[in-house]
Amino acid sequence: MSFRTSASEAAANPLIPHTAELIVGFIAFTLLFLVLRSKVVPMFEKAFAARTEAIQGGMEKAEKAQRAAEVALEQYTAQLSEARGEAQKIREEARVQGAAIIEDLRGKAQEEAARITAAATASIEAERQQAITSLRNEVGSLATELASKIVGEALDDQVRQSRIVDRFLDDLEKSK
Amino acid sequence: MRKFAFAESGEGFVPPSTADFNLPPVFGDNEFTTKPILLVLLSVVLISVFFIISSRKALVVPSKLQFAGESVYAFVRNGIGEEIIGHEFMRFVPFLFTLFTFILTNNVFGIVPFLQFPAMSHVSFPYVLAVISFVVFHYVGIKKQGIGKYLKGIAFMPGVPKFVYILLTPIEIATFFLVRPLTLSLRLFANMFAGHLLLLVFILGGEHMLSGAIGLKLIAPFAFAFGIGMTFFEFMVQCLQAYIFTLLTALFIAGALADEH
Repeated sequence: MSFRTSASEAAANPLIPHTAELIVGFIAFTLLFLVLRSKVVPMFEKAFAARTEAIQGGMEKAEKAQRAAEVALEQYTAQLSEARGEAQKIREEARVQGAAIIEDLRGKAQEEAARITAAATASIEAERQQAITSLRNEVGSLATELASKIVGEALDDQVRQSRIVDRFLDDLEKSK
Repeated sequence: MRKFAFAESGEGFVPPSTADFNLPPVFGDNEFTTKPILLVLLSVVLISVFFIISSRKALVVPSKLQFAGESVYAFVRNGIGEEIIGHEFMRFVPFLFTLFTFILTNNVFGIVPFLQFPAMSHVSFPYVLAVISFVVFHYVGIKKQGIGKYLKGIAFMPGVPKFVYILLTPIEIATFFLVRPLTLSLRLFANMFAGHLLLLVFILGGEHMLSGAIGLKLIAPFAFAFGIGMTFFEFMVQCLQAYIFTLLTALFIAGALADEH
């Protein structure tokens, strides 16, 4: 039997290889290499890549969120300062308007005062005129009465009476 | 074979020898059906099935099975490939990964119950692997640097005084073309061979003592206990040898890739 002889040869020296084992060893290794290279390594690499990507993606997402938050903060700050400015402007306007209203009211009051004063002056003048007229009449009648008493002449006739008074007064004015 | 030895020698103990590594064909008289060959084929099936199943889903958050497969892969990829070869390592990862898993599985077969034979204790398999490793690292070097520059780099190491070449050139040539493949294969073979022989001595010796006188019967358990202890030790050696073989191959590739080794 060929096996027996080859076995006994190998028994003498374990460093001598068996042809069958060399062939099988080479084929087995090559086969395993091809399987692992085509089926296993790409899948594990895919998992590693996906994992790396997931971690990086998460970090990127967080960064993006932070940027968005910063932008929002800036926006709010800007809006706040804008609102403050507007409030300031409104207050200023209100102050100006208040001052204008006061000014306006003061003017109106002054006008009213002037009007009242003017009316009072007018009414005083009228009353004075009236007083002068009534005084003239009274003085006339008194003077006539006095004169008639003095002269002893009845000057009852109204027309004559007033003519005499006028003449008297005219003379009086002329003599002045 | 062992049984024959017992039957022939009767009472006397026949210590295990190199003959114990020559197992008869399992089926008929076919040389391709010996135990080591079947074990090697079984290892190819087991490794393929395990890694295909564990890597099939390629999840970002791995299952326990995927994690187990991935750990072995990452150990070779990062611990050996990236660490030793550097930026070009990805090209060699499938090769190194195959080398490591193939050697490891066939070594560990030595202590798996019922299989209990390290296929790498048959020198043919380490020879094949060493030749493959030899071809790969020389091919890589020649492809990277060109054959002239590569061979000159080996024979005349740069940065050495001229007269040293008388001594250094033969040593370097022998190292690259003879010592490296030989040590690579013999280291693996011898470790597995010696380990298996050691286990045989303790376990078969213990068995023989059990069938002997009463005094020997009492000592037998110690032999078995030592055999079990050696089994754990063997497991360590088996893993270590798979690692060393892969690591050295990676180192040779890295050396061939470097412009000046």
